[in-house]
Order: sequence, then structure tokens, then C-alpha cells
Amino acid sequence: MKQHGSTFKGRHFFTIPYVVWMAIFVVAPLILVVVYAFTSKSGQLTLDNFTRMGSFWAVFTRSILLALIATIICLLVGYPLACALAREGPRLQRIFLMLIMLPMWMNFLLRTYAWMTILENTGLINSILSLLGLPNISIINTQGAVVLGMIYNYLPFMVLPIYSVLVKIDSSVIEAAQDLGANSYQVFLKIILPLSLPGVLSGITMVFVPSVSTFVISRLLGGGKNMLLGDLIEMQFLGSAYNPHLGSAISLIMMIIIVVCMMVMNRFGEGEEQAVIL
Amino acid sequence: MSKELIRLVNCTMAYDNETVLNSINLCVKDKEFLTLLGPSGCGKTTTLRIIGGFQKPTSGDVLFGGVRINDVPPHKRKINTVFQKYALFTHMNVFENVAFGLRIAKRPEKEIRERVSQALALVALKGFEKRSPSSLSGGQQQRVAIARAIVNRPQVLLLDEPLGALDLKLRKEMQHELKQIQQQVGITFIYVTHDQEEALTMSDTIVVMNQGNILQIGTPTEIYNEPKNAFVADFIGESNIIRGKMIRDKLVRFSNCDFECLDTGFAPNEDVDVVVRPEDVKIVEPSLGQLKGVVTSIIFKGVHYEMLVDTEDFQWMIHSTIPAPEGREIGMLLTPDDIHIMHIDKDNMPEGAEEAEE
Repeated sequence: MKQHGSTFKGRHFFTIPYVVWMAIFVVAPLILVVVYAFTSKSGQLTLDNFTRMGSFWAVFTRSILLALIATIICLLVGYPLACALAREGPRLQRIFLMLIMLPMWMNFLLRTYAWMTILENTGLINSILSLLGLPNISIINTQGAVVLGMIYNYLPFMVLPIYSVLVKIDSSVIEAAQDLGANSYQVFLKIILPLSLPGVLSGITMVFVPSVSTFVISRLLGGGKNMLLGDLIEMQFLGSAYNPHLGSAISLIMMIIIVVCMMVMNRFGEGEEQAVIL
Repeated sequence: MSKELIRLVNCTMAYDNETVLNSINLCVKDKEFLTLLGPSGCGKTTTLRIIGGFQKPTSGDVLFGGVRINDVPPHKRKINTVFQKYALFTHMNVFENVAFGLRIAKRPEKEIRERVSQALALVALKGFEKRSPSSLSGGQQQRVAIARAIVNRPQVLLLDEPLGALDLKLRKEMQHELKQIQQQVGITFIYVTHDQEEALTMSDTIVVMNQGNILQIGTPTEIYNEPKNAFVADFIGESNIIRGKMIRDKLVRFSNCDFECLDTGFAPNEDVDVVVRPEDVKIVEPSLGQLKGVVTSIIFKGVHYEMLVDTEDFQWMIHSTIPAPEGREIGMLLTPDDIHIMHIDKDNMPEGAEEAEE
């Protein structure tokens, strides 16, 4: 009994570094954000920061809309890809997983800069088009370019969780469904899709959350015209509009939006298996 | 039990030059309980999967009611399967699992409700409708799998070692239940197992397989009492297999002693395998026995004692309810009925048979 108690105490001891880390770098900043959000420059309690939020309505809707579009396209592209991947032999699976992960090992900024040079008015695509004698198109600095950047950067986060759920589905379960009269369409709809739902949910979360809060992608590919929530917040802290109080309030609202989204998602996936939450 | 339902004609299955099934022919009659029995890798599961439609034979035909069904996919066959690992749908409750086939067939809701509850009653799982499969024990999950298959009223039910994952006691109970269910619903069962006792308990017909060949087809009594070769004899129950010589019809010589037997039709002086069941050897006073030996070990097995008895050239296994202590010299008596003579089958030598002939 004594020994049991001491080992328990010992284990408790090991958690202290992380608890301290959490307190300094997670809990304290959160408290600061809340404090800033509810105070004015002179340090007085106020709700002004929130009442001003209405003027940023366009930015909010644009952020959510673009993130939603990127998430849906990622799902439409990622699910079939994950399905195809899960069916291949182990060798091919490893090679393809490698190819999907490879871009993630390169610097995020670098990848996005690379897209700039591809999409620019004098960039790769337009060079090829003029070489072929076709009229140039302008892609850079459009919302399309921003969505493209989101899809490129976050697609792996959709494919990987779905893939890892799909490969775990036992082939005998699929055979059992066929045996009971289901054709391949019904097998997919009634067996594979429901069983892969936890992977889909975590994929959606892992694409939507970073998309809605990104500022690098919109800055570099959207050219400032298509300001997103991330840009707006960044401006309040580092940019011309310096106002950390307003920035904190916006961050807080964004956090609430994300938490609500995730709660809705988890309600969907209510079952034995819970979606992996970021 | 007379009409032919399924027939395999010269079915061969080969992967990359490795033959898994070697041109087998098999006939399954309507409403019979047929068991494919053999050691792992003998091709029994492959045979079942060919009947179920999950694999296509490399060559040969599968006939169902006289019609060739090689190219009919599993979901269009009037056959349902109970899988080794149950393969229940974990995202549905017990009711929905059982109802799956009926929902696919778009049966009316009322009928689905009735048939599912009938099927669950048949496997003694009434009241479990709302439970999730993962909350059930192995035996209960297996019953759900059985209910899920029979609710569709298939003409044939395929069972791939369905009791393999259960403990001994539960397995014995389920054996009887399965047999009962089969008689109640009156459909053909094709059962795969490597457990000879299971096969003997439940089957109308046993098909013994080894290395992709069918060695013998017969009723449990035929297979046990008249095994066609040493492999079958050794696989079905325990056997003493000793090399002998057929002197003439109804007379065989082994261990330097002539024995009367009932077998005929062998060439004079042909080398043969002599098979004697351990329970058929009678222990008598040394002076009264045809053979003499010394008991080297004795184990209590519950219903009987298992003794190993060394003679000059062979170690006999004897099952008897009367124990003889270790070290005692005993006599052994064999009547003609106890001796089974078999042609030597070099391809299907059971393990241990070679040692035994030393």
C-alpha cells in the first residue's frame, strides 16, 4: 500500500513540468486575451470591442465561407483518394503516403511562395498560356487563389485520418454485407461510409480550423484584397491598425465559432467512436 | 434429404503455381449438414469461399440446382455465410445487424420486425435488439451472426469455423444448438472445421480434406469406422497405425503375428497400413494376449485411461476404463472387427505415421 502510494506520488511529480508549461503558455495567455478583450486602451472595463464587431461582418463571413469551400473540396478530393489508397498493396500505400506527406516537410511559407510564382500574372501558368498563344488569366489575388492555397496546404490533414480509419475496416465485414445481398454501392453507403465517419469528422476539423484562422495564405495569395480573420487579427497586433484590445475580442469570437463548429461535428459523430479532436 | 443442391465439378484453385484445390468433385444434398474437415491449409475454407462466391475457381464449375453459378457475385446467391470472426457491423445495434439483409431486399417494415424477432428468438437472443455488438460476449456475437444469416431464409448456410473463438464448454453447447437450428429451419449447412469431434457430433456427411484433395466422403459412422486411408484414420479420432503385410484375404501379418481380419481385395503379400483404434484393444493376462507389452505411461482422461504400451516393435496407445499400472506387462487381444486394413497412401501420410512404423 505504501509502495503504491509512493509510486503514485512519483508519477504525479512527472506531470509538473507540463502543468507549469500549460499554465505559462496556455492558460495565462488565454486569460490575458479575455482581459484585453473586455478592456479599453485606458484600462477600463468595456464592451466596446465587441460592439464594433459588426463592421467586420464581411471579413467573418468571407473567412468562414472560404474555409468551408476549402474543406468541402478537400473532402471531395480526399475521400476517394483515401479509399483508393486503402485498397492498394502495402508497398504502394507506403509510397503514396510518403508523397502525400512530403510537402508537409517543407516550410509552409516556402510552399505558399512557390504557389505565388506559379499563379502570378507573369507566373508559370500564364507563361505557358502565352507560349501556347492563349490569353492570360489572372488567378493571383483572387478568392480562388486563397482557396487553392488552403486546399494544397491542408489536404493531407483530410486524407490521413480518413485513410487510417478505412484501412482498419475488416474485409470480412465488407464480405458479410455482400453476402447479405448488398451491391457495391450499398456496401459503400451502409457500411464503409458510416464506419469511416470518425475519420471524416476529424479530417473536417483538421482542415476547417486552420483554414478559418490562416493569414499567410490570404496575405500571399489573396493580395490584401481578400482579408480574412487571421489578417484582421494580425493587423491589430502587428500592423497599422494597432489595437490589441480589438484583436483579442476578434480572437475570442473566432474561438467561440470554432468550438461551436466542433461541438456540432461531434454531435454528428455521436457513437462509440469519438472523432479525434485537434 | 435426397435432392442435389450444389455440385462442384473438377474445381481447381491455384495461386502462382501453388495448387490450393486439386480438381475436387463434391455434391451437397438439400437440407443436409455437410462438414468440410481437415487440417489448416487443406483447402476447406477455399472450397467454402468458392461456394459463397468470394473466390472464383481457376478451373471447374460450381453448379447450384444444376445451373452454373461461377460468375454470379455473392450478393446474388441464395447463400449466406457465418464468418469466422463474426464480422458484425459495429455501427449498428443487434436488431439492425439482423435486419440488414431484409432492408437491402426492401422488405416491408412489419415483416422485417417479425422476421428479426423470430430469428433472434431462434438463437435465444430475445431482448438484445438494442444492444451494440461490441457489448456482447463471443458466444452472443456468434449467435447474432447466425441470426443475421438465417433471417434471409437462404437455401444454404455456410459456416467458416464459427465456433473457433469460443471456449470449450460454450463450443459444445453451440454445437448442439447449431444442429437444432439446422433441423428447425431445414436448410443446408456447409460447415468448415478442423475439429474432428465437432464434425462427428453435428454432421450428416463429413468430407475429409488434405492438401487440396478430398480423401473421403461419408457419414460420421462410416468415416470413423471405415476410414479409407491412414490419414483419415489418424485425423478422425486417435489411431494406432502399424505397417503390415496382407498374407491373403482376411489374414494380415504385423508385429510377427498373424491376425484374422475382415478385409479383402488386396494383392497377396501387399504392404498395408493396419489401423487399430485405441479403444478397440482389449487388455488381458499376458499369457492370453496375441501381443505382449509393457505399460510405459498411464494418464487419466476422465471417461477412460490412456495408456502407452511398448511391444517389441511398436508403441501402442490404448484407451480403457480399467487401468494397468506403469511397468506391468500386459497382453493385448484384437478381434477381426478391430483391425482395419488400408492401402498405403504415400501422399497423405499422417504426421507421426512414419515414426510409428520404425
